[in-house]
Order: sequence, then C-alpha cells, then structure tokens
Amino acid sequence: MTDSSEDTKGTAAAAPEKAAQPAAFLDVRDLKVHFPTDDGVVKSVDGLTFSLEKGKTLGIVGESGSGKSVTSLAVMGLHRAARQQRSKVTMSGEIWLDGKELVSADPDEVRRLRGREMAMIFQDPLSALHPFYSVGTQIVEAYRVHHAVDKKTARKRAVEMLDRVGIPQPDKRVDDHPHQFSGGMRQRAMIAMALVNNPELLIADEPTTALDVTVQAQILDLIRDLQKEFGSAVIIITHDLGVVAELADDLLVMYGGRCVERGPAEKVFSAPQHPYTWGLLGSMPRIDRDQTDRLIPVKGSPPSLINVPSGCAFNPRCPYADVPEDNLTRTVRPELREVGGGHFSACHLPQEERERIWTEEIAPKL
Amino acid sequence: MTDTTDDQSKKIPLQKGTEAAKAPADPAPLLRVRGLVRHFPITKGLLKRQTGAVQAVDGIDFDVRPGETLGVVGESGCGKSTMGRLITRLDEPTGGSIEFQGRDITHLSPGRLRPMRRDVQMIFQDPYGSLNPRHTIGGIVSTPFRLQGVEPEGGVKKEVQRLLELVGLSPEHYNRYPHEFSGGQRQRIGIARALALKPKLVVADEPVSALDVSIQAQVVNLMDDLQEELGLTYVIIAHDLSVIRHVSDRIAVMYLGKIVELSDRKALYETPMHPYTKALLSAVPVPDPKRRTQRDRILLKGDVPSPIDPPSGCRFRTRCWKATEVCATTEPPLVALRTGHQVACHHPENAGDPAPAAAPPAEGPAGSKASTGE
Amino acid sequence: MYSYIIRRLISAVVLLLIVSAVTFGIFFLLPKLAGQTTDQLAQQYIGKAPTPADIAAVKKNLGLDKPVFEQYWDFLKGIFVGVDYKFGPEAAKCHVPCFGYSFKTHIEVWPEIQSRLPVTLSLAAGAAVLWVVSGVATGVLSALRPGSVFDRMAMTVALAGVSLPMFFTGALALALFTYQWPIFERSDYVPLMEDPFLWARTLVLPWVTLAFLYSALYARLTRAGMLETLSEDYIRTARAKGLREGKVVVRHGLRAALTPIITVFGMDLGLLLGGALITEQVFSLKGVGAFAVEAINANDLPNILGVTLLAAFFIVLCNLVVDVLYAAVDPRVRLS
Repeated sequence: MTDSSEDTKGTAAAAPEKAAQPAAFLDVRDLKVHFPTDDGVVKSVDGLTFSLEKGKTLGIVGESGSGKSVTSLAVMGLHRAARQQRSKVTMSGEIWLDGKELVSADPDEVRRLRGREMAMIFQDPLSALHPFYSVGTQIVEAYRVHHAVDKKTARKRAVEMLDRVGIPQPDKRVDDHPHQFSGGMRQRAMIAMALVNNPELLIADEPTTALDVTVQAQILDLIRDLQKEFGSAVIIITHDLGVVAELADDLLVMYGGRCVERGPAEKVFSAPQHPYTWGLLGSMPRIDRDQTDRLIPVKGSPPSLINVPSGCAFNPRCPYADVPEDNLTRTVRPELREVGGGHFSACHLPQEERERIWTEEIAPKL
Repeated sequence: MTDTTDDQSKKIPLQKGTEAAKAPADPAPLLRVRGLVRHFPITKGLLKRQTGAVQAVDGIDFDVRPGETLGVVGESGCGKSTMGRLITRLDEPTGGSIEFQGRDITHLSPGRLRPMRRDVQMIFQDPYGSLNPRHTIGGIVSTPFRLQGVEPEGGVKKEVQRLLELVGLSPEHYNRYPHEFSGGQRQRIGIARALALKPKLVVADEPVSALDVSIQAQVVNLMDDLQEELGLTYVIIAHDLSVIRHVSDRIAVMYLGKIVELSDRKALYETPMHPYTKALLSAVPVPDPKRRTQRDRILLKGDVPSPIDPPSGCRFRTRCWKATEVCATTEPPLVALRTGHQVACHHPENAGDPAPAAAPPAEGPAGSKASTGE
Repeated sequence: MYSYIIRRLISAVVLLLIVSAVTFGIFFLLPKLAGQTTDQLAQQYIGKAPTPADIAAVKKNLGLDKPVFEQYWDFLKGIFVGVDYKFGPEAAKCHVPCFGYSFKTHIEVWPEIQSRLPVTLSLAAGAAVLWVVSGVATGVLSALRPGSVFDRMAMTVALAGVSLPMFFTGALALALFTYQWPIFERSDYVPLMEDPFLWARTLVLPWVTLAFLYSALYARLTRAGMLETLSEDYIRTARAKGLREGKVVVRHGLRAALTPIITVFGMDLGLLLGGALITEQVFSLKGVGAFAVEAINANDLPNILGVTLLAAFFIVLCNLVVDVLYAAVDPRVRLS
C-alpha cells in the first residue's frame, strides 16, 4: 500500500550470474546504500564486503555516522527506515543470505525472511518496544507472523522464550507492559522476541549501549549462551571495542561508510593494520591497565557522509597521511588488501611500515 | 553555621599526580559534604499527600580536596547526578550539609548563592541540549559575565575569544551558532562557558558519554590540560569505569543513594574492597579478546532495587553473594579500613589485615558465580 | 483501572459543581453587582406593568430575596429533585431537572431544551463520524507519502478547510446545492424515527460543511501524529518482525498516533453537543445552538443558564469518556 518503489534495484537485476552461489551463510558484496537529499547524496554505506558463517559472531565497529547501523538495516531490508522521512534511497551490491540474494529480491519476499531467518535487536529497548501492547502480545505477534498457530500456542511459546532469556515468573510477566520492566528485562524481552522464530541470523545493534555495566555483562552473556544453543550467526554492531572483544570472532572496522579493516578479532586487536583502528585503541581509556599517560586521540571529527574526503576517507585525520608518496592518500581510494590470515586492511601505508609504526610507536603507549 | 576554618590563606593548589602530597595530612577540603540527603517526595491522589519518597541521595559524606579530581561512579539511579546537582546547589538538599571553602552553602537562597556560583561551575552531558541554539557562541560563553556583572580585563569579547582558544576552538567561531559545531566542539564550548569566571571547582556530569570514542579522548585530554593549567578541582560524575579510572585521583562508588566505597584510584581498581565495586569492575568489557576466557566475571543477579523502598541494612545485600544476616539488620558505616580507603561493608574483599568489622566471609545463598579473586 | 475511573468520575462531578456555581454566580450575582435590584430581576418574570404586589410574590416564590448561597442551593435542588412554585393561586411543578422558567415565555427551560436536543445530537453525531473517518484516513495516507502529490493536495484542501469560516462554506454549500442545483432542498428537521431517509437528507449539507471544517483539522493532526510515530523505534521493530506494512501502519502506527486525536475529539464533540451555533443558524436548524442564540438575544437568563450548564455538562462528560478511553488505549496512563 505504501511501497514507493523508488529504489533502483541496482546492479543485481541487470548483472548476469556474477558469481556462483556463495559458500558463506551471509555474504555481502560491494554493498552501497545511498540517500539522495537536497544537500547531496549521503553515502551511508559505500562499497562494503564481508561474509559470516553460522555459529560465528561478527563485530562491526565504528563511530556515529560510520554507516554501521545502515549496513545492518540494509541486510534486514529496512534501510528505508534508516533516515527520518521516507527519503529516496538507492541500494546496490549483493546480499546473499543462505543462498538467497536479497538486494534484487521482491520486497515481500524479504519481508517474509525478516523475523524468521533474520532478526534484530536494537539499542534502546524502551523505545523499540511498543508502549501500548504487553510484552507477551508483541512476542505472540512476532511468532504468528511466521507460524500459523492459534494465540494460545503462541502465548505458550512466548512464555517459554521469556523463561529462556531469564525473566523470572515468565507466565506472569508475559502480560506486563514494557514500562513495567527494568531496562535489562526489556532487552531480554527484546531478545526473546527476536529469537522466537529461531532465526539463523541475529543482528544486535548496540544492544547494551543503553544499559548499565552490570546489566550489560548479563546481556552479553545471554547472547553468547543463546548463540551456542541456537548456532545462529550473530552480527554485533557497537562503538565499544570492549563489547566486541567480549563476543566477536571477526571484526570489521567501518569509517565513512567503508570498511577500513577486517579480520579475526584476535589479530585485529593484537596487530591492527589501520591508523584509524590505532586511533580508536589510543582514544580508549583502559580499565585493565593503570594508565598514567595521556590518551592518544584522533584529531578532527568524523567526515560528513555527503562529502567524504577523496582518496582515503581517513586522510584528513591520519597522522601518517603524508608517508605514502605522490599524494596517494588524498587521490586514490585504498582497496582492502589481505595482510595475512584473513586479515584485511585498506591503507596506503606499506605493510612493513604499518607493522613498524604499530610495534614501535603505538603499542608501547597503549 | 558550622565552624568556619579560614582556609583562604593557607590553601595551596595541589599539583595533580603528586601522590605524596595528598597522603597523610589532608589540606582543608575545598568542598566538604556531610550526611547529604535528597529525597524526592511521591504524592498521591487529589490531596497530594505524601506516600513515600525516592531516596535519591541518602546520607553521604565526602571531601573534595583542592586540585584533585574526585570521580563519582555508579549505575543509573544510584544518585550520582542528583549529588552533582546538590553540591552545585542547583537543587536544595533535604538534609545534611555542604561546605564550600569552609562556608555552609546548604540552604543559601539563590541571591546569597550568586557569589558562590562564580567559583563552582557545571559541565553537562548533553552538548546539544545545554547550548541555546539561538545564541551565538560568543553570547553563550559570555553569559556568565553578564549574569555575574563581571567585566573581564580587555573586554568581554577578547576574553571570550581567549577562552575559545583555551579549549581548542578558533576565536573566529565567536559569531557562529551551536548547530554549526560537532558534538565534541559543543562540549568544548560548554567547557569554555564553565571556565569563564575562573571557577575553583568544576562539576562535570557525564562530560564525555555522549561523544564518540575518538572525540571522547580529545575532551578528556582537554580537561586534563585545563586542570593543570588553571589549577582546577574536578568532580567528575560518570558511569564509565574506564573513563573514571583515567581521569580521577580519588573515586567514590555509589549504589542506591549511598557511597559504598571511597578510595584513591590505584587501590580501588587494584584491590577493590566492596563486593559491588568488585562486581562492577569485573563487568566492564576489556578490549582484548585474549582475556575473554581468563577473566573471572562476577555476574550480579537481577536489577538495582527501587530507591523508593531500598533494602534494609546494607542496600547491596539483595544482590551480594557474601550477604549474611548482619547485612539485613545493620547498615555498614563507611569506614577507613586502610589509609585513604573507605568502605561500607560487613564482609569486605581484599581486607588483608583483619579489620575490626570484618566477619569471616561466608558464602551467602544469594551468590552467583562468585569469583575467587586474584 | 476501576479506581482510575472512579477517581476521574469524582473529579468530573466536582468540576461540574464548580462550573454550575460559577455560571450561577455570573448570571445571578453579576446583575446585582451591576446595580440591578431584586425588584428589577423579579420584574423580568412578570412582563409589562407589574404591580408591586406581583413583584413581591415573584420574589418570594423564586426566592430572589434569599441570600445567594441559599438561592444556589435551591437551584441545585431544583436540578436534582424538582421544585414546586406557587404563582398566585395556581401551583406549578417544575420537573426534574428544573432549570427554572424562561423570563419571556414562562415555559420551563428544560423541556424546551430537551425538544431541541435531537437536532443537535443528530447534527453532531453525523458530522463527527464523517470528519473522524475522512480526516484520519486523509491524514494517514498523507503521512505515508509525505511530499507526494496526494499529500500536498490534501494538505492544501485541509488548510482551506481550517481557514474558511463556517458561515462562508455553509452559505456556499446552501447556495450551490439548495438553490443552484436543488439536490438538498431546504426543509425542517425530521426526527430519525419518523423517516430516516428524510432525516439524513435534511442533515447532509450541515454534516458535510461541519465535517469539512473539522476533518481538515483532523487530517493535519493525524498526519503530524503519524509522521512522528512512524519514525519511532517500535515501528522499526514491527517491520523487523516481518509484519505486513498495512499492519505496521494501523496496529502499531495509528494506534499510537490516535491518542492525541482522541483528546481533541472529546473536546470538539463536547463543544458541539452544547450547540453548533453558527451551523444551526446557517442551515436554520432549531437545535440547542439556535436556542442559545435566541436566549441571548432575548436576554433570557434562565434559558442562557440552562443551555450553558448543558454545554458544560457535555464537555465534562466527553472529557471523562476520553480519559477512560485513554487509559484503555495507553496502559501507562493507568498507573501514573
């Protein structure tokens, strides 16, 4: 009734069988999500590629405006809701979920996958739950969209899920409204709702940012346990490197709508290969070490997604922007290149130079 | 009035980081808080009769020494922000006393408070909400001069431009409006405004929590530099234990309207004594995937109880794995178990030398994955 | 929930009492303060050439010489239990609810108002259904595609609807559809029970004219409310569940956007039930509004008082209903 088919269904429709069906469970290729506005095109996501296997967790890290949330919404087919007012949006690239391509798929087909094969939990569970309906009603609704069962059965399922996520007296609390729950309980209920259909992909967008640290620990634990139990793939989106280090197997660092570094979490943390990642690590006060030194901040502020700097998007803030010759960082956009063991980085600095800077200049100060 | 020790003369601003200076002989505190209470009454019905109270702050004592940074940390609803509003007298306490430079300011009227406002300034969390969008940066930063009727040397404009430079903004920003600035820059503007009157004490409520990580670090460093340059005293209120660890000399941990532990930074983070502090510290995710498996995390059960009807005795006992009967009946006082390390607990952790109040730590039934400690 | 309703009920009754006291005060105290003597007041009941004896009798009968508080008490008593008046030899029973007698016609106020009520009720109810349905539907459709041709057209029409005065649109409608093309002939009100078709036919024009004004307002209100709710996080959650867009919009969006509309609706309906003055004038309907206008023109205090209290009663009643509805819709209201 409302679908303004303003999307240009990008390349996928035109492209002949580009590649064979991908092997990975979730495979995102050259994803671009652009929002044309009066001020110019907001390139929220501008060529993003990653993949994720079942049972694994991918952490997407970035600051506000890095495109990390839009990426997750695009996978869910909810990118149009990413901006206020239903502005125009163009999406291109490919998103393969379990052998199905979603960018070129019929929106109604994507809708049927939403909630069943892929589910999402959001940052602020108070505003993400409808204030007028009881928690049970909302979970029942989520279940009945995809299962032709009567309300009684669905309610039983809702109670079961609430119990599973650790809500005490689930048969009573099921009739409570969101405002009668505490923050942590609400996020648990949100998780129960997301997992009610046993989705194979769970996207958690800043799931603990609005919560207190002790509650955050509970929720992270819960997500970890549930993943073990259900074997689903999890994408966790956050600005907090600590949260990622807790959960993620793989890490993807986004900056200005692009991926600047990606790889196994341990590698990215132990030997990061991009100056922006160094900046993030240097900016973070650490609880596990007694730091007496000053923090090492990144100068300037994140770029506008309308005027992303040419060349490497990070170049105006990068302390090493002048190291590569020929003004390379300002003219040529660096491609993601493997540095070994599934670890990729998009940086013009020669690899030896990067390793030297990390071990000699950055690591000792952290 | 209380005993007014005229400390104006003998007050020597301390250098930050000189540990020795703040050890035994305490200098006269800049701010002295005793038994501070703030209850928000809850009324019901047409007649608005009081049926209870939110015990936001319920009897806390602490000093802020000149030149130091006192960090106040706790989870939402612990009363830390209310405490901040009380000590800056944006709100009036229900009970207790606040002395600033030896002068009792607990119940001063707004008019009598005005001179004090010069010396105590506040920085807020939300860099968007706290700046009037219709005023220029110059107008915003010069507000304190107008309010206090102060004419700085060389004129207001020159002084404002100096302040802008001080916080790392360009003096040319004088005529711009808040929306033209990023979150980090707005927070700098807020800081410039707070510093306009050369305050002695700056109370910052979550000064960096709305900012991106890379910007957070810029603001933290800026506050650091300013403290050194201007000899400021900070009370920094935050929920982020990593930030608090980085910025504070001493730290107060709050839980449900009480201070449960108050200690210098090193002792607090290395040998926390209150079980709550310990659980809190263990819950913070560390950006190091290798440590994921090694860590002994204490998972607290349930949620913080309501401040309307807090538990009897020790307020943390409902979630504490060490709780015993005495915790339900007797409220543990905040006492120094070691030099400079105050704890309010019947069964403190890391209490090497058996403190007088320390009973043998019995594993309570409420316990979850109790850790063995380091 | 029940305690909430009872609390609301009590405050509604208190409010009505206050309103009645104030109106009573305005109508019976102010003339006195303005210098009118009790005699002059009493004289109004008698008509031309009163004898002093008549005046004294009326004064006594109506209790005009009693203290104000007693008069107010009698007035209240009249409303709830009725009053017996003795006019000279004949005794009159003023039935419950007794608002007294008209100065001019000497007819009881209430039966007169009562006879006018069906007209006003029919007018208000019909128009309300029309404007709520059309206004909310237009608003929702506009909000779904902000900036679209439909949206812009609808909002332009809505702007016209809000800004054009009733007596203009009403007169225009009359001129076009009664005189130019006599589709709806001008006729007197026909009770619904007598002939539903004729009933509707006489009322179509006033309904549409009233609804035009109100639906314009409601369309704008709904649009704004929907735009706001549709950007809420819980709408995104609803979509993330895989709900169909229609369900998302109605079950999750409209449900939340409706609450402020219910409030305004309660007010509007209450006001209208107290008499749609202009509409009734324009379309020559003999409803409560017309009655009020006549009463004011004739300076007929008891009639004015009666119609004022009726209007207040409707507003308070509608607000009460709104409050209860609100609590039913939004569970957060019940608890706070």
